[in-house]
Amino acid sequence: MATTELADPIPWLVLLPLAWATAAFVLGPGRGGRLAVAGLAVQAALALALAAEVLEAGPRRYAVGGWAAPLGIELLADGLAAFMLATTAAVALPVAVYARGYFRAVSRSDAHPKGATWFWPLTGYLVAALDVLFLAADLFNLYVGLELLGLAAVGLTALTGERAAVAAALRYLLASLLGSGAYLMGVALVYGAYGTVSLATLAPLIEPLPAVALAAGLMAAGLALKTALFPLHFWLPPAHGGAASPVSALLSALVVKASFYLLLRLWFGIYAPLTTAAAAQLLGALGAAAVVWGSVQALRQERLKMLVAYSTVAQLGYLFLVFPLATGTGPAAAAAAWGGALLQVLAHGLAKAAMFAAAGAMVLAAGRDAVAGLGGVGARLPLSLFAFALAGVTLMGLPPSGGFTAKWLLLRAALASGQWWWAAVLVVGGLLAAAYVFRVLRQAFLPVEAASTGGVPRSLEFAALALALGGVLLGLFGERPLALLGVG
Amino acid sequence: MPDGLLPLGVVLSSFVPGLAIFFLAEARHRLRSALNLAGALTKLALIGVMLWGVLHDRDYVFSHTVLPGLDLVLRADALAMLFVSLSAALWFFTTLYAIGYLEGSPQRSRFFGFFSLCVTATMGIAMAGNLFSFFLFYELLTLATYPLVVHRGTEAALRAGRIYLAYTLGGGALLLVGTAWLYALAGQVDFVAGGSLAGLPEEAAGRLRLVFLLLVAGLGVKAALVPLHGWLPVAMVAPAPVSALLHAVAVVKAGAFGIVRVVYEVYGVEFAQSLGLLVPLAAAAALTIVWGSLRALYQDDLKRRLAYSTVSQVAYIALGAALFGPVGTIGGVVHLVHQGVMKITLFFCAGNYAETLGVHRVDELDGAGRRMPATSVAFTVAAFGMIGLPPLAGFVSKWYLGLGALEAQMPWVLAVLAASSLLNAAYFLPVVHRLWFRPRAGPWPQEHIRARGGWETSRLLLVPPLATAAATLGFGLFAAGSASPLDWAKLVAAREYLQWVP
Repeated sequence: MATTELADPIPWLVLLPLAWATAAFVLGPGRGGRLAVAGLAVQAALALALAAEVLEAGPRRYAVGGWAAPLGIELLADGLAAFMLATTAAVALPVAVYARGYFRAVSRSDAHPKGATWFWPLTGYLVAALDVLFLAADLFNLYVGLELLGLAAVGLTALTGERAAVAAALRYLLASLLGSGAYLMGVALVYGAYGTVSLATLAPLIEPLPAVALAAGLMAAGLALKTALFPLHFWLPPAHGGAASPVSALLSALVVKASFYLLLRLWFGIYAPLTTAAAAQLLGALGAAAVVWGSVQALRQERLKMLVAYSTVAQLGYLFLVFPLATGTGPAAAAAAWGGALLQVLAHGLAKAAMFAAAGAMVLAAGRDAVAGLGGVGARLPLSLFAFALAGVTLMGLPPSGGFTAKWLLLRAALASGQWWWAAVLVVGGLLAAAYVFRVLRQAFLPVEAASTGGVPRSLEFAALALALGGVLLGLFGERPLALLGVG
Repeated sequence: MPDGLLPLGVVLSSFVPGLAIFFLAEARHRLRSALNLAGALTKLALIGVMLWGVLHDRDYVFSHTVLPGLDLVLRADALAMLFVSLSAALWFFTTLYAIGYLEGSPQRSRFFGFFSLCVTATMGIAMAGNLFSFFLFYELLTLATYPLVVHRGTEAALRAGRIYLAYTLGGGALLLVGTAWLYALAGQVDFVAGGSLAGLPEEAAGRLRLVFLLLVAGLGVKAALVPLHGWLPVAMVAPAPVSALLHAVAVVKAGAFGIVRVVYEVYGVEFAQSLGLLVPLAAAAALTIVWGSLRALYQDDLKRRLAYSTVSQVAYIALGAALFGPVGTIGGVVHLVHQGVMKITLFFCAGNYAETLGVHRVDELDGAGRRMPATSVAFTVAAFGMIGLPPLAGFVSKWYLGLGALEAQMPWVLAVLAASSLLNAAYFLPVVHRLWFRPRAGPWPQEHIRARGGWETSRLLLVPPLATAAATLGFGLFAAGSASPLDWAKLVAAREYLQWVP
């Protein structure tokens, strides 16, 4: 019994990042990168092992310390959770490799803000918080994960210590606390009504009482704020665009997805009896507005990283199309929409991390963060530019990329459920994405001005490329991830 | 080698060298040329094997499941082989030409890398076994050609690139919507001879017409059907080998080929006829033929004149697809090859005049025939072919299209063909006249390459147009021979019609 207990990946997925984060904290400022990369490599293996196991044998519960649900804490690994855990590891490992090279490079140059000090401990807590959130099976532990995640993310945003970054971090902190506060009030209302927070126990009990409806509304609003759903996205661009590049990659690729995951769980889980077509259409409409607004803003940004950050606002919009496409539609449409939205989570995670990583490398080489200043960078950092372009292909939703398969499934869901207007959003969003991606890429073809600055460590370029390639390959090998989502 | 890997090999034989070339240092031009040519020759060898196999009724299919109900399929059928052989052969000559053309210019690794990706996409388009696979390579082609169009990095080139992207990505979006809608109506539709939609219930007819409109509009952007042709003349700022590739092999051909696939192998020509889709398509093609020729008359820039000529000539393929009856089909399909060899010859020649003498405008060509006789002979042969003079390749196309129009009981098409031929003559003959019969007054605008040792220009620039001009003559003279393009076109047509009328 003890051996199987030790070999079980579920507890280690949470404990391992906590362990290396604490070790990095003890080692002191800027230390612990190597430990983190090793820890994340193991974590990736564990997440894949768990995904394979769930795919094979179905969802599994894990009682912490051997105490089962009503008394102890129970964790649940179903297909969705395993998928999110794998997504986290797949993005975090290359970003960690990137971060080591990045912080070494900025520590040698005076032109760039530092910020390595507490990166590794905070990243460890961030990863642990994500994993807790994905595995939690009750409303309160979900809250713990959400709050811990928000605090770690805010800390990371402020790392560089620059005035703009700190201001963005404070704004982020405000949004994050408001969001989790609303969520917590919802939890209190539900607990007051039913005396339990376990999702499994609540599921058959929930009925459309006013207090429960209020709880659901509060929780949805709080989570929408934390996911930066238009028009609650105000905090995202300065935070993601102003943070150090490895941080931007983690925030855009993973952190905003966690609150979306939670909303998805609750909407199609315990709150399924409360959801209405009108509410679903409203969420879809806000998502559509995010797609258009975010893209148009991305087209207008002077700074490269702000462009990428607004692109996140746009790409998050697609995720919310799952609500109108899978609420009250037939099983085929719902399955396609569900699969499409989550493939978009993974594809956008990989592509956006790649794009922030590539953008960070180019900004480092060019010496300033400006779209117009990229003229000669393409010639010096062809791999980074290539990574940016490949990530762009995923964001535009062109085949063969994960972005395409995601959009294809959403498109199929829209047509199968007769809601053609969402198909129009998908198509227009793809064209707008092409417009802002090519705004960057065309710079590479301008005549090269006198080269002013040096290169960057190769590990930066390779990490960005690996992430971008992952996003593209997902488009060719999407069958197993999709099958995993169908479990449980 | 297992049969499924051959089509994949044809695609990879330009993809792998292309990726390798990206990583080459700028100065490694020998290795780069070696990689390019090795890829081109490997591809030709693989295609040779498959041609033999397809003639002997072997089936080459590569299939990979991307998502449940969404397969990436590469299949070497008769129609695919026609396009694949054309593209691979012309790619080989264009590579030779490009090596000569770009000698000593900057950013060659980037250029040849994307050049190879462009051919990769074309191979995929040719062998795509269903609409999704076709769409995948169709979009890849857009992405791979953009860097070639903006290669020079000038303001005009970047503007052309922007217009090119706006048109082609817009077209791609229409194609995506059409494809997704069709998959929703009929499930995964493979390209099969005779089409596969005829069995759908009666009430789907309206939606099928709409899907057809979406698909043809999406494809029509690349095929430059009027009024979707605006990008083509603008894209002429690209270097000559790119224009040659765009006009003869890759982009416009991809659009026209897609229309042929949709009409014959998705809808089925008989079903498309019964839905009443062929007459509007024929009308659009006819409009494009006349409009392109008219506009070509007014162009002073040689490459722009050729570009409008492409608009007109590629529409012959769509016209052939829209003529109900096997003879019209033969005319359209064979023109896919014939237009390719003729137009690539013309662009090679235009590039030679520009690179050797600095001549860009038609009125600067006076006396060029004396200075560059071999190039001018090639140009003349191809121009006569375009006009449709026997015994050249263009004549064969027009002959079958004319007969096909009569067979389809659309005699007005004959008038379009006659008008177009007159207009072809009106814009090509003055050029030919200037080449041979006008004396040279004054020096050439910019003589980059001097005549040396009996060669009027660099050898790498001269061999490709001569070879393709010879093909223009040969495809016409030996059209009745076995394994000629016409013979393949007959094979294709025989498989598309349920009742074959020879």
